[in-house]
Amino acid sequence: MIAYEFRWSVLWQQPYGSWMLDGVWTTIQLGFISWVFALFIGILIGTFRVTPWKPLRAFATAYTEFFRDIPLLVQLFFWYFAAPRILPASLEQYFYREVANVEFWIVVIALSIYTSSRVGEQIRSGLQSIPVDQFHAALSTGLTYFQMYRYVTIPLAVRIMIPPLTTEFLTTFKNTSLAMTVGVLEATFMSQQIEAYTFRGLEATTAACLVYLAITMVVILFMALVEKRLSIPGFIARNR
Amino acid sequence: MAFFDWKVIVENLPFLMRGLLTTFQLAVIAIGGGVILGVLVGMGRLSGRKYVYYPATVFVNFLRSIPLILVIFWFYFLVPILVGRPLGDFVSASIAFIIFEASYFAEIIRAGIQSIPKGQMQAAYSTGLNYRKTMGYVIIPQALKNMVPSLLTQSVIIFQDTSLAYVIGLKEFLRSATIVDAREVRSLELYTFVGIVYFLICYSMSLLTKRWEKKKGSSAK
Repeated sequence: MIAYEFRWSVLWQQPYGSWMLDGVWTTIQLGFISWVFALFIGILIGTFRVTPWKPLRAFATAYTEFFRDIPLLVQLFFWYFAAPRILPASLEQYFYREVANVEFWIVVIALSIYTSSRVGEQIRSGLQSIPVDQFHAALSTGLTYFQMYRYVTIPLAVRIMIPPLTTEFLTTFKNTSLAMTVGVLEATFMSQQIEAYTFRGLEATTAACLVYLAITMVVILFMALVEKRLSIPGFIARNR
Repeated sequence: MAFFDWKVIVENLPFLMRGLLTTFQLAVIAIGGGVILGVLVGMGRLSGRKYVYYPATVFVNFLRSIPLILVIFWFYFLVPILVGRPLGDFVSASIAFIIFEASYFAEIIRAGIQSIPKGQMQAAYSTGLNYRKTMGYVIIPQALKNMVPSLLTQSVIIFQDTSLAYVIGLKEFLRSATIVDAREVRSLELYTFVGIVYFLICYSMSLLTKRWEKKKGSSAK
């Protein structure tokens, strides 16, 4: 191995240290905003997939297949470079020049649509995993349909869906790193900018890795706590 | 308002197809290398020896919690330091993909091995096979068969993931399209084309996976 002198100090030297912190903050914002939209659209799509009405089901299936089978980066480039071309020239210029932080919001659009197709799948399989007997049993005790959903089905479904949705959230979080390709100043972008200024690529990239690792661990610990608080004793096996 | 002008695709088709070929090459290397390394790491995750189990577990959990882009960058910077000279973007991307995807394959393989009943292992031992032969001739062949749907799904994901090699300038399919776009300024046509090609390949692969699952399901009955 060629002698390589690590110089970790680039990470807290100014201005590099505050670049990195700004980047991390943008990453967190991107992750959370995209997740909220993705969850909302995903719940809709997932519910559509189990409705008895065929056209709605067909639409949701097509939506899922379509957005799942194209790489996220290609979708992102489509929304960023190609989609505005469909607009009239004046509107296109306004869009690129006047809208503040336009890259950020395009990443939010691309990421939440892509993620929603994956969330939809999890919602669908969560809903389908509830045995039909549960519905019958709830109705036979005299609950109305609304009460059945409110007190029996949804509380169960939510608990079943939490672990896979946590995984999806973490995936969304890691996927925000793609935003660097369209120039959003998030953590990965900042690490590469530090590299460009200091030629300390290994240190900067390692630091960014540790940031993602730390966030992942915090989320996993937090969600484990949530799952523990919500668990119904003896009901859903915790096989982790 | 721009109208679709497919001439740009037709004229640059050889260049774009060369990019697609690189994408396929990278995907094949990533899947092949990833499965081989993944089998080793997956077996390590099931090992009773602590000095095997912990490194394998750390390897898997670490790589699964960081974005692929960073792994690609990391090896892009690390490989020249280790080797002493740059080996080019394709080699460093291949290394990054093999190692990153191995962590995902390892979990699939671990689950696959765990799905084989313990009795199989005991039966193999009782016929006088040692650990290596038991694994190699009895457990892993059966496990692999169970894992085919997950392995195919992961392969589709890897095929899509190769587009991330764009970030270190590797001329794969997406990068080829951006190079053409820089010259011709035909974003709408180019990215729509790239999206359609990816969709057709990935969708047909996922249909194949579904068919396999159905066939297996009906033969089991």
